[in-house]
Amino acid sequence: MEWLSDNVLQHLREVSEMPDPPGARYRIGEQLGRGGMGVVYRAHDSELQRDVAMKVLSIGDADAERMRREARVLARIEHPGIVPIHDVGTLEDGRVFYTMKLVRGARLDAYCRQSHSIPDLLRLFQRICEPVAFAHAQGIVHRDLKPENIMVGQFGEVLVLDWGVARVLSESELDGPVMGTKQYMAPEQSAGANAQIDGRSDVYSLGKILQFLIAAPAKPLQSIARKASAAAKDARYSSALAMSEDVGRYLDGLPVLAHPESILDRSRRVLGHNKTLVALILAYLLMRILLFLYSRT
Amino acid sequence: MNKIVYGLLLGAVLGAFDGMTAWFTPAVRDQIMGIVIGSTFKGLIAGACSGYFAKKVNSLPLGIVFGLAIGMFLAYLVAAMPNPSGQHYYFEIMLPGSIVGAIVGFATQRFQPTTQTVSHS
Repeated sequence: MEWLSDNVLQHLREVSEMPDPPGARYRIGEQLGRGGMGVVYRAHDSELQRDVAMKVLSIGDADAERMRREARVLARIEHPGIVPIHDVGTLEDGRVFYTMKLVRGARLDAYCRQSHSIPDLLRLFQRICEPVAFAHAQGIVHRDLKPENIMVGQFGEVLVLDWGVARVLSESELDGPVMGTKQYMAPEQSAGANAQIDGRSDVYSLGKILQFLIAAPAKPLQSIARKASAAAKDARYSSALAMSEDVGRYLDGLPVLAHPESILDRSRRVLGHNKTLVALILAYLLMRILLFLYSRT
Repeated sequence: MNKIVYGLLLGAVLGAFDGMTAWFTPAVRDQIMGIVIGSTFKGLIAGACSGYFAKKVNSLPLGIVFGLAIGMFLAYLVAAMPNPSGQHYYFEIMLPGSIVGAIVGFATQRFQPTTQTVSHS
């Protein structure tokens, strides 16, 4: 008997999963990614003559309602930092699919492997906070924020993806299965206490993302990340916006709320932020002292 | 306050301060009033020029270089005038004058003008 190699099995699996969209509108291309709930393909929309991303429920995953719910959540939150949904439907084989904007760029984890300055990464982080804060204002919590779910576009635009496990706060949800990624998950989420989840659960994940972005952060940044990812929900920032504002204060050379500073810290921050001015003033004073000594000789 | 007014004020203050440091040079101490007035006037011109430059060009390095150059040029014009004994103080006037110009150039680039919001009812 001859055994099939893993590669052949993988190929067979991919071919069998390949969606067959109804009608002639979408032409399926290559697989772009695979998540917990579905597979994302590149597809060509022949009606509008553009490429889109098509997310299709995995074979064997019976949770079609969850997929439709994700599509509805995406349709509800229109923001430049949230990938827009175009269409939702059902394949011939009964699997639910939806199409969305095809984002060209790099995932945040891949993007960070290139070299970027800390201020650039912090500004990028602030752009991540914006759509998250917007979703919170709409009563939606992402619950699975991690670098793999954030895309950085060709022009530096940030898009938050994969709202598959998002929670609509107005809808009641019983405590139950834990959804999300352990490493970035808030304690209340890991405990399966769904009723306790709110915007601050995403703030926790943002704190972990900030730690991921900045390998060796300065003390104030460490404090920001620590405050955001505090185990106690009440000790965290009240919102993604409040966290973003504190990062902004760091960028502007101002004291951050999360980091009570000593006089030494304060002097170091002021001097560090005004290096050129300090150098010019020192040059002036040095010049004056030298001229004074010269005049005495 | 816009960048030109800010440059004028800062230039005048730093110019006056720079002039007052002449007190530490005993040889010119008796002419200090004239030096302070001249230095303040020089600061005013350098500040206005730097402010105007900062309004047109948004670049910290270029702002500093421009301030340095205008400060040096104006200081040269002052230094070219000899004192009553016919002596020139090129180094003593031009070096600090240039740095004061650079500081004003830096400050005018960093300064964010305040804007007024007009509400229509």
